Amino acid sequence: MTSETLHVELGRRYHFSASHRLHNPDLSERENFRIYGKCNNPFGHGHNYTVEVRLSGSIDPATGMISNLTDLDSFVNEYVIEPFDHRSLNEEVPEFQKTVPTTEILCIEIFRRLKAFPHAKLEAVRVQETTNNSFEYAGN
Amino acid sequence: MVFLTRKIEFAASHVYHNPTLSPSENKRIFGKCNNPHGHGHNYTLEVTVAGEPDPVTGMVLDLKDLKEILEREIMQRMDHRHLNLEVPELKGQIPTCENIARVIWNLLDPRITQGKLHRVRVYENSDLFADCYRNGAGARV
Repeated sequence: MTSETLHVELGRRYHFSASHRLHNPDLSERENFRIYGKCNNPFGHGHNYTVEVRLSGSIDPATGMISNLTDLDSFVNEYVIEPFDHRSLNEEVPEFQKTVPTTEILCIEIFRRLKAFPHAKLEAVRVQETTNNSFEYAGN
Repeated sequence: MVFLTRKIEFAASHVYHNPTLSPSENKRIFGKCNNPHGHGHNYTLEVTVAGEPDPVTGMVLDLKDLKEILEREIMQRMDHRHLNLEVPELKGQIPTCENIARVIWNLLDPRITQGKLHRVRVYENSDLFADCYRNGAGARV
């Protein structure tokens, strides 16, 4: 089968650790606790997040690559890992001062930041909050 | 439609080197992977086949058959081999995950006659992989 009839994606996983608190200031304390449970603890808590990034594009015959990993790693480091790793998402990421940093919202925010990657098309972002929970967003 | 996935592992060595580029360009683009003595990985291959379960057997395809296809087409060809030197299908290509996934797709697609090959995923390590689909396959399962 020729390469034109195939769709190839490159997948790369990154890791960061961050704290968050799930709390919506528009709701009462009781409602917040009912909805978010333990995650509403006022002192916050943290996770080791895994971010899976999937990109598509043509495979450059000279390099065998959809995207050079050095370019991808430095882009993801600059826009996601550096600003999020060992941070409080609520306090230190401006986008989460007005939204609740659930992993759904985090996943959408990471997709938004990585969409500008110039060397390949961003297909999807999957964020794993724990080994039991993961969320995926493909921009629609 | 049901998606069935089988996983196998193989160990192989490779080197990234494009002879049409200068040594310094090779070093810049491929970094450590350009080491002329090669290096290796434990690859994980996930093969996903899509289909409706057969009303008699309840199977999309018989896993024994898939196991045999994977043994013959992939394990015998790639396990404990040097991908650049010993796998003719990769000759003249840089053996990246992308190219390995594409080669594996082309080896398996004609052999899978029950159900339809849906996805080939090749992990070089737990943080790096490539997926290959038929163009327009829809679901990214």
